[in-house]
This record gives sequence, structure tokens and C-alpha cells, in this order.
Amino acid sequence: MAQTNPILTVKNLSVRYGANAEPAVRNLSLSLGRERLGIVGESGSGKSTVGRAILRLLPRAQVTAEQMQFEEIDLSTASERQMLAVRGRRMTMILQDPKFSLNPIQRVGAQVAEAYRTHFRCSKAVARAKSVAMLEAVQIRDPERVYDLYPHEVSGGMGQRIMIAMMLLTDPDLVIADEPTSALDVTVRLNVLNILDGLVRDKGIGLITISHDLNLVRNFCDRVLIMYAGQVVEELAAKDLDRATHPYTRGLLAAQPRIGGTRQPLPVLERQSEWKTAGGAVS
Amino acid sequence: MRRAIVGQVAGVLVTLFGLLVLTFVIGRIMPVDPVRAMVGEDATREVYDTVYRQLGLDRPVWTQFFYYLWDVLHFDFGTSIRTGQPVLEDIKRVLPATIELATFAIILGASLGIGLGVAAAVNKDSWIDHLIRVVSLLGHSMPIFWTGMIGLLLFYAGLGWVGGSGRMSQFYIGLVPERTGFLLIDSAISGNWEVFRSALNHVILPASLLGYSSAAYITRMTRSFMLDQLGQEYVTTARVKGLSNHQTIWRHAFANIRVQLVTIVALAYGSLLEGAVLIETVFAWPGFGQYLTSNLLIGDMNAVMTCVLVVGVIFIGLNLISDLLYRVFDPRTR
Repeated sequence: MAQTNPILTVKNLSVRYGANAEPAVRNLSLSLGRERLGIVGESGSGKSTVGRAILRLLPRAQVTAEQMQFEEIDLSTASERQMLAVRGRRMTMILQDPKFSLNPIQRVGAQVAEAYRTHFRCSKAVARAKSVAMLEAVQIRDPERVYDLYPHEVSGGMGQRIMIAMMLLTDPDLVIADEPTSALDVTVRLNVLNILDGLVRDKGIGLITISHDLNLVRNFCDRVLIMYAGQVVEELAAKDLDRATHPYTRGLLAAQPRIGGTRQPLPVLERQSEWKTAGGAVS
Repeated sequence: MRRAIVGQVAGVLVTLFGLLVLTFVIGRIMPVDPVRAMVGEDATREVYDTVYRQLGLDRPVWTQFFYYLWDVLHFDFGTSIRTGQPVLEDIKRVLPATIELATFAIILGASLGIGLGVAAAVNKDSWIDHLIRVVSLLGHSMPIFWTGMIGLLLFYAGLGWVGGSGRMSQFYIGLVPERTGFLLIDSAISGNWEVFRSALNHVILPASLLGYSSAAYITRMTRSFMLDQLGQEYVTTARVKGLSNHQTIWRHAFANIRVQLVTIVALAYGSLLEGAVLIETVFAWPGFGQYLTSNLLIGDMNAVMTCVLVVGVIFIGLNLISDLLYRVFDPRTR
């Protein structure tokens, strides 16, 4: 957990969709080095909103933060022009479902190459060569052929590997993976995660994995934030997940089915209203 | 690909046959006595019967249909009672006038409508969006004959910017030899630029008004198509890649609504070709809409049947073109 040189520092981030709405994220703070951080929570806990707020992709929402620093750039004051140079180049995001996150009418290779050509001046041939090499790096066999396919012609697992290729092609410093495997078959899930994990470790990329899958973050993250109702209720090292103290985290863990477990109904989480107010116990 | 073309052609043939059945049935069930329309009220029984037999109306219906098919296949659509000329000649004269008007109108309407629709969607809920929605609602709700008259009052009688009714000034009629029937093309071919300018002057106002009313519809549809696409995940992907707003909108979102746009623009164009009767009447435009309506009112059977056939063929043609464009714009349909 090399936290000597943080890539990203966020202090007291709050996000509201509309002036009178309940905040989707409340006073969230996090700091990320060249490590793998997991953000876990249920649907609607605000975890995806965090990723999009960091990339400043929420033009209609009210985003406030005491501090939002990405390397030398202050994300809360950066102009849209500065953001265009950061997005896709130094900070990228892997989206959930390749069925929807790839443009259905463009060849997948062209979409990968576009990520490169947006930030580097180069000929089409060079961009193509870079993209093909990257497709190979995400273990796509026959990348030259796949380059010219359309999204509906590739499988989900392959689509997600193409997405990963697209988002790692520019050698970013920070990658946010927003539920990167929840749309995939269980059989290809592990394969895709291993590829992503390998590349992230090789290149020393800071990774934030947003997920609702506790076992996934346990195996693929160094550190985990547990979110409930827009705030962080607990932060711990992934290996200490079983020693979680917060009742919400304990409840989530208890509600996990286990192979070889009893056939009793799984326990149901009893939500306490004080979790909403008492949160943010960790820095 | 070859199979797709064969299927397409077969589809067109079946539709055409259905269309012919339809026009034939329309001809038979029109509440007009075609014989009476020809011979007049005072004709004797003998004259009536002779004409009745001449028209083949004494034969069984299916024989009549066979003869009708035979005639249509030989481009013989009969004679119009009203004009006394072969219907085909009439159509050759009125259709180009309408095509000229409708084409102008759809070019104006589609460019305006698509532009405004995209602008409204991109600036959703801002004052731009509200303004565009009001403009589009006005285009929908103002009757075209009324805007036509106001337009004439304002731009022709008041400001004198455009020509008045008809396809050109009375002065120029007959000056240009008719080759294609399209006045703008004919005058350009013969190098008579004065006539060309007069024709342009006359077409611009009715075409703009028609274009505006099509634009109203196209704007609303474009806006909703575009909003739908802007909410898709691949748009987020494009923005995550660092594409600017402009690139995201045009390269990704807009590229994905082209198929839908083709459909609605083709339909709008079709309904313009079918005849903008009201605007043609207000502007004394000797077009297809007027021809169809006046023949319908007096029960000119041959002419009406042929007009319905022409409208049907126009729509079949436009559908065929949109199907082809689908294949160009959307790889999933290939």
C-alpha cells in the first residue's frame, strides 16, 4: 500500500442531482496512491456517482468538494478544456456493459483507436497498430480480424476486454472500473478481471473498482471503502474484510451465500437509520 | 446480399400488386357513375348503354381487373373526363411542379428541423430548448393555408421580396421550352436566367412555409431521438475518452439517429409529394395536390385511380430508398 505519493485526493465530496434532492454522495473522502481501491455498496448507494464526479461527467449535478486533487490538477476548478486533456488520457473509466458502452454502429477497432487519436497526433496506421497491439495485450486472439468487427459481432467478455483495451491504451495514471464485470457471464468474469489486474499492476496504474461484489473486491483490491446511502461507513484493508466492525458491512457479509453453507434462508440486512448520520467515521 | 435484393424486389412487386388491387377497388366503389360523368345527365338510354359497354363495365369484375392490369402495364391510364387529355399527360405536367415544390420544402425543412432538434436536445430544458419547442409548436398548429395567406400579404404584397402566385410571372409563361417539366431545370438548360430567377422567386415562399411545417415535425422527432441517444452509455464512453461535446454529439450520438431520421424525412417528403393541396390552392400552384383534389370532387375515375397509384408508387419508392440507406447507416441491418 504505497500511499506516499497520492494520485488522487478527495475531501468531503458531495453530489446532488437537483437543488432539492437528497444528496447522492455525502462528505466522501478518499485518497489513492498507485494501488487498487474498491468501493462497495448496494445499488443506489452512490458509488457510481463518485466515479463520474471525479471525471467531472455530471454537468447537471451539483458537485461540491473541499478538495479534489488529481496529481497537479485541481479537479474542482479545472476548466472543461483542461478536463478534455485529462479525460481519456490520464484518467479513464471502464463502464459496466459492453452491449451498451460501445457505439453500435462503429467498428470496435476504430473506437479503440479513437481513444488514442484524441490525445496523440499520429497517422491512422500508427493508431491502428497501437490498438491492435493493445487488443493483443487483453488476450484477444486474431486482433487484426476483431479490429474490423462491429460490437454486435463480439461476445460480452470480448466486448469488455475491448473496453479495457480502449481505456488503457493511453497509459493513464488512474482508471475507474465501474462494475467492470457485473454484466458478464460468471465463467468469463474471472478471466477479464485477471487481464485487467495484470495490466494495472504492470503499468502501476491507480485503480478504483466500483462494485457490489464483496468477493471480487476482496480478491482484486488492496483497500475497500464500504458505502451506504451516499457515504463511507467503513474503510479497511481487503484482507481484513472479515474483521469488519460496522454493522452494515457485517450485514452485507452475512447475506453472502456460501458453497457448502446451510440451506437456511440468508439473513436479511436490518437497516438502522443512524447509519445515515453517523457515517464518515474514517478519513 | 443477393438474397436480400431478391427479397426486396419481390416485396416491391407484391406491394405494387396490392396497390393495383386497391386502386381498382377504389375505382369501382366510388359513389360516382362513370358513365353518367362522361355522357352527361341528358343522354339517352342507347348512348348510355353504348358507353357502358365501351368502358367494359358489362364484363365480370375479374375480367375488368385483368384489362385494368393490362392497361397499366402498358402505361395506358385512360383519359381524364375533366381535362379531356390522357391522364398520363396530365400527370407529367402537374407532378414536376409538385416535386419541385416538395423537394425545395423538404431540403429546407430537414436541414432546419434536424439542426433545431439537435440543438434543443443538447440544450435540454434551457431557454434554447424552450424557444425551439415554441417555434416547432407554432409550425404544427398554424394552418398552412393561413400562413400561406399571411406570407403572401407580408412578403409579396407588403415587402415585395418574393413572387406571388403561380410558378413564375405571367409574363414568362411559355417562354421556356418544356423538357423535363421542372421549371428551374428547363430554364437553366435553355440558359434563360430571367425565367429561372422568376421561378426561384415564386417557389421560395410556398416552399419555405411547407418546409417550416415539416420542420416542426422533424424538430420534435429529432429532439426525442437525440435525447434517447444522449442518455446511452456509449455517449459516456465517448466523453470518458476525452472527446469534446461537439465530437461526442456529432460523431457518436447523431451518427446513431441517422436511420430514424431517414425514415421520418422520407415520410415527410412523401406526404409533401402526395400534394400540399392547401398551399397549392393558396399559391395557385398547378401541382399534383390540386389535380387530385379537383378530380376527386367531380369523380373523374381514371384520374383519381391513377393519382392514388402515383402516390402509392412514390411511397414504395421512398421506402425502398430508406431501406437501402438503413444498410448504409446501420451495420446491424446488413
